[in-house]
Amino acid sequence: MNQFQTLSVGILALQGDFDRHQYQVNLTGAKPVLVRRADHLNDIDALIIPGGESTTMSILLDRFNMRTPVKRFAESHAVWGTCAGMIMLAMDIKDNLSGVEPLKLMDIDVIRNDYGRQVYSFDEQVEANLDGDIVTLQAAFIRAPKVARVGPSVNTLAVFHDSPVLLTQEKLMASSFHTELDDNTRLLEFFLESFVLKG
Amino acid sequence: MIEKFNDKQHKVKVGLAEMLKGGVIMDVVNPEQAKIAEESGAAAVMALERVPSDIRAEGGVARMADPDIIEEIKRSVTIPVMAKCRIGHFAEARVLESLEIDFIDESEVLTPADNKYHVDKWYFKVPFVCGCRNLGEALRRISEGAAMIRTKGEAGTGDVSEAVKHLREVNGAIKALTSMREDELYGVAKDLRVPVELVQFVAKEGKLPVPNFAAGGVATPADAALCMLLGAEAVFVGSGIFKSSDPVKRGKAIVTAVTNYEDFAAIAEASRGLGDAMKGIQVQTMAPEDMLQTR
Repeated sequence: MNQFQTLSVGILALQGDFDRHQYQVNLTGAKPVLVRRADHLNDIDALIIPGGESTTMSILLDRFNMRTPVKRFAESHAVWGTCAGMIMLAMDIKDNLSGVEPLKLMDIDVIRNDYGRQVYSFDEQVEANLDGDIVTLQAAFIRAPKVARVGPSVNTLAVFHDSPVLLTQEKLMASSFHTELDDNTRLLEFFLESFVLKG
Repeated sequence: MIEKFNDKQHKVKVGLAEMLKGGVIMDVVNPEQAKIAEESGAAAVMALERVPSDIRAEGGVARMADPDIIEEIKRSVTIPVMAKCRIGHFAEARVLESLEIDFIDESEVLTPADNKYHVDKWYFKVPFVCGCRNLGEALRRISEGAAMIRTKGEAGTGDVSEAVKHLREVNGAIKALTSMREDELYGVAKDLRVPVELVQFVAKEGKLPVPNFAAGGVATPADAALCMLLGAEAVFVGSGIFKSSDPVKRGKAIVTAVTNYEDFAAIAEASRGLGDAMKGIQVQTMAPEDMLQTR
């Protein structure tokens, strides 16, 4: 029996990269659940907020009355935000551009698209400290956000070119990059082990 | 061939296409429209000088938009901005890349610059989307380096029937490939004029190696949902929003329908009181020479 087999992992599927996360959750043996309505949160053990457009996600969270349910879910469950998902987890957005109201769950501030537009997107290796294991992750930064402030209760697990790119706070995890575009599920497994099974 | 698909540059290009899934990409011709699109929940905008129905009505040669228009639209929103270049016009494509546009649509809506060759898209940093009517066109564009495929449909008509036809063509052909014998795939590759490795990939995975979106003639929330139900992974809307009587309401409604494409009560709710859809043209009444999809 696979250790993740009993888990249902929700993936916020209002817009964005839910497809690749669904693929990776399947690879771990856990059951993926696409979350498009508030009641879809009832039967899941953890939530992934994928990459995509944070502006779109923020608007749709309000349009479908999901903002408060997602915040309430995060009080007692593990949530991982990647790229746009990291923006959504943040306390504040420091780029003076309008459009996104973050969920204010993790004590970080972010700047959207701070690595530049798509022509500056890149795929590089990032070294992360996952519970003492030094792991090399293949990380795709796609119109990625940068972290501008890290609060005292937040742990930084990976730094790339002087910027924190992988952070945790209690049951929350945020990454400015994507690991779900490949088949390597190491970071997803770390999330499930550390914040869902042990949590 | 398949080697190229493992290239890092290609990975982040296809990656952006993945990020746009479940979204609506809206044609806009000025910053005000771009703002409306963003506020209605669009995942990206396509910056144009004229929407397809106006290109169709006005006639003449349709070209890449003025860089000023593209720059103004880029400054007005935070979501990705796409722009169109003419088929085969790699100089227009390089210009758009230098403007740091996020995605280039090598589009049949503009007048083709080259009747034989498409842009060799592998050598660009910016990703490309290309239109197709069938699996052969889709795979030829992918073998040229396209990071996203969309149906051609019949742009600027408000008639979704051609997009439906193209979605069924592509997805039906993919399904047929998955049940073929290994030796038959060589024949398919020959008939479609594409590398056999690409055909083998599609046969094994049951899908294209890049995201597969719908475009061409989408005018209502139910049209958009129909495309999603037929296997599209996101939807482009051209003239359908800003040629309708209430673009703000219609834009929101189409976004809602794409996210909740299986929730018909939600689509019904979103479809109420939208005012007039674009008037449109029935594709069946059109002369063959007026069709954009054959380009």
